[in-house]
Formats: sequence, C-alpha cells, structure tokens
Amino acid sequence: METTDHLFRREAGRMVATLTRIFGVYNLALAEDVVQDAFCRALEVWKFRGVPENPSAWLMATAKNRALDILRRDRTARTFAPELARLLENESKLAPVVDELFSTQWIKDDQLRMMFSCCHPKLSEEAQVALVLHILCGFSVSEIANAFLNGQAAIEKRISRGKKVLAGSRRLFDISGTEDFSGRLPAVQRALYLLFNEGYHGASAEFVVRAELCREAMRLTALLLAHPLGGTPATYALAALMCLHASRLPARVDAMGNLSSLFDQDRSRWDPELVSEGQRFLELSATGQELTAYHLEAAIASVHASAVRTEDTDWQAIVSLYDTLITINPSAVVALNRAIAIAQRDGPERGLEEIRAIAGSDRLAAYPFYSAALGELELRRARWEVAREHFRTAVALARNPMERRFLQQRADVCERCRILPNLAS
Amino acid sequence: MSEFTYLFRGGMPPGSSPEQWQQQMQKWVVWIKELGGRGHVKDQGHPLERTGKVVTGKEKTVLDGPYAEAKDIVGGYMLIEAKDLAHALELSKGCPIFDVGGSVEVRPVMKLDL
Repeated sequence: METTDHLFRREAGRMVATLTRIFGVYNLALAEDVVQDAFCRALEVWKFRGVPENPSAWLMATAKNRALDILRRDRTARTFAPELARLLENESKLAPVVDELFSTQWIKDDQLRMMFSCCHPKLSEEAQVALVLHILCGFSVSEIANAFLNGQAAIEKRISRGKKVLAGSRRLFDISGTEDFSGRLPAVQRALYLLFNEGYHGASAEFVVRAELCREAMRLTALLLAHPLGGTPATYALAALMCLHASRLPARVDAMGNLSSLFDQDRSRWDPELVSEGQRFLELSATGQELTAYHLEAAIASVHASAVRTEDTDWQAIVSLYDTLITINPSAVVALNRAIAIAQRDGPERGLEEIRAIAGSDRLAAYPFYSAALGELELRRARWEVAREHFRTAVALARNPMERRFLQQRADVCERCRILPNLAS
Repeated sequence: MSEFTYLFRGGMPPGSSPEQWQQQMQKWVVWIKELGGRGHVKDQGHPLERTGKVVTGKEKTVLDGPYAEAKDIVGGYMLIEAKDLAHALELSKGCPIFDVGGSVEVRPVMKLDL
C-alpha cells in the first residue's frame, strides 16, 4: 500500500485539532508533541512492515493512545479541557470517552473549531491565514514562507504570536453558539478566500505549492459548508468561486511550462467537474438577502466558464457584474479588472480611459499586471513602442520567473510588431 | 555471504514538518523493500524506544540514558547479508537516515565455528 500525497500533513491538522480539544487549547504545544510522536512511530513501524491498510486510522489511533497515556500520567500535574475534568477522575469512562472524541464526526467539528479559533480578532488577516496553514494544514514555517515568498523570520514571528494568542484563550471557539458563530463566520470566510487567492494569484513560482494551497482552501471550505450554521449563501458563493477558478488551474500553465492568460488558455483543459460543481454551488448561493463580493466574483467566473471560446464571452454581463462588485469592494484591483472587461466590450480606448480614472492607481503601480494591462491595450491600438515600455515596466515588477517570462514574451511581441508592423495582423 | 548488523543512530530533528516525516518514511520503505528484494535482509530487527536506562558498574547503578544526545541513541538495528564488509558498507549508503543527519554503524557478526 502506498501513502497518498501529503497524508501526514493533512493528518497533522486533524490530530492537532482533536488533541487540543482534549488537552485544552492552552496545551497546544503538548498536542503538537503528540503529533510528532505519532509520526516518529509511523516512521519506525512502517519502514519495516510497510504502510498499513488504513494509514489515517493508524495515525489517529496512535495519537489517541498517546493522549490516553498523557491524560492518565498528567492528570494531577496539568489542567486539561474543562469539559473533560470530571471524566478524567473516572478511569472506566476515560477510554470510551476519548474513543468517542476521536470519531470522524467529532474530528470534523474539531477542525472547524480550530479554524474559528485561528481567526481570532486580535490577529491580523495575514496571521490568521498563516496560523490556519500551520495548524490545520500542517505546513511548516519554511513551507509557508516559501509559498508566500516571505521571509522565514517574518512568518515565524506571525505564527508564534498567533499561537500565543491561541494558547492564551481559555478555550477553543464554541461553534454551537449561533450568535458567536455568525459573528466570526465572515472572518473565517475571508481567511479561506485569502488562502485560496494566495494559491491562485500568489507570487510563488512553484505551481505545485500553489495548487496545494487552493486545494487546502477548498477542503476547509467544504468542512464549513457541511456545518449546519456554516452553509450560508456567502459560503456557497465562496465555494463556487473556488471551484470555478480552480477548474482553470490545469490550463494556466501551457505545455511549455509558460503562464497562459485567460484569453489564450486552452479551454478544453478546464476541469469540467469543477466547473459543474462551481455552477451548482453558485445556484445554491442564490438565496437570502445578502449579495456578497463572493457572489459577484463567482458569477463573473461562471460567465467565463460558460464561454467555450474567448470570443463567446458575454462581456456585457461581466461589466455589469463588475459595476456591482465595485460598489461592494471598491478596490483598485477590482477597478482594473472592470476596465479590462470594458475594453473587451467597447474597445481599448475606453478601457484605457477607465484605467486612467482609477482612484488610487498609484497603489497599483507595483502590481505587474497593471502595467501589463496598459501594455495589452496599447498593443491593440497598435502603439507598439508605448506598449513595449509598459511591458518592460511589468517585467521589472514580476514576482517570479514564470511571470517574468510571460511578460517578457509580451514585450517581445510589441518589439516585433514595431519592426515589422505587418506581423501585427 | 556473511552477516552484518546495521545500528541506526539519530534521525529526524525535532520540529520536522509532517511533509518531511512522510518523505523520510517513504524513502525508508523503498530502501528496505529494495534491500529485501535483493535478498540482503536477514532479519528486519526492531525499532527501539528513545527512552531507557543503563545499568552499570559493580554497584549496578541505574543511569538515565542510554545517551545524553539524541544523535547518539541507537534507534534500531537490522541484520543483513553481504559478500564482505565493503559490500555491506556500500549497501548501507542507500539508507535515508543520512539525509537527516543520522548514521549507520556497520558491524560484522562474529562467525562461531564450534
């Protein structure tokens, strides 16, 4: 039997979530030790006997036995989860209760509880995302630093502060209280959205790493959807936009390993299952009163997904969705995307006008795809030199070799057109 | 063919990430399967707990141990068959423990011709 990819990483999150429920959140470090111990045992035993039939269950059972040992050994020296205190005094009940706590349904709730706990209002959004990745997805500090193109020290600091805040709370977040749940839900959705975005648009060059971030965000969103209070229209919309975007992942890099823009992608490589899953979630999100940014972003992705060829895209629909989105989320990046959609509908001049009108476009100046958008529209107006300069600016801002290559190729196209304008057609 | 013992010392550093644990485990599975497939594994031995005590001296003093440093602790042993010491050393070089700073001590098993 072979292990599936990232099995340990995924199980680490499940084990820590359940162990902190049993030990109490202030014993987070102890829970992490138990997980290390389970991996150590797995290494020792599996290397000789091979991977067991059900490796997840094996790891969970090992963690459970170790937890029982610790509960018995340290019952006087430590304070465990308050809910368990009474039971710990009763040996005959201890094992069955711990057994029960390690059952599948509980483990799902434990992960949700941890997810909500990580999205603590005392922590910045970046810290929340890093903490979710570290605790629930089992990424190490250096793996997160690598994925976020961030310094190891910065991530280390973010996570250790996050853990301190977490361990400082008296108990894990209570996911059964309707009011508390709804109160923190937007922060959780936002963290999952950011996690997904980091994977989808992030700067890391390693495609595999980024796809893994997207998958993790989708897995945690599915957990949220499965909870009776978590499956709100906004969560469905969030799930929809993740599926619809993720469906394009296989086409974002072409056969040569080069980045491929939405316009040039081989749409036959879009994952049809994810597209229909996304469309289904989008339908399920269309209830209630609240129209969220997730709804609109999902709807935009859905319009793209319905176009078999780029030229079939319903740009009118996309522009009007952006018109609404910008009232909910008036960010410069949304404004830029709206301008590109307008250019598609009304031609490059109108697009350029819109880009020039973006309030706070100076904040976009460091974003390579701002210059790239200008370059693209100037290229369509046959102003080769201006376009080339925009692409050169974008190249200088590229965040990884793949982006750099992509933007350099566009700059080269401008240069070729400048020398031989006949090529342009 | 002669018999040799591999003594494994050290291993994964504390705080290794789940991904690193899994990669190390998978490499071991592959290595041992390959050694076994070529008929070199005489006895897979046993992993040893990292804890234990040492009894020493006439006074039979019990010490915490067995070693002060994690890298010195024998984590397990294995009995293998090879042509000679050089061959046994060569075979040991595929051991994934080297990737994480561990070591393999290769010791010929004494032949007792009674």
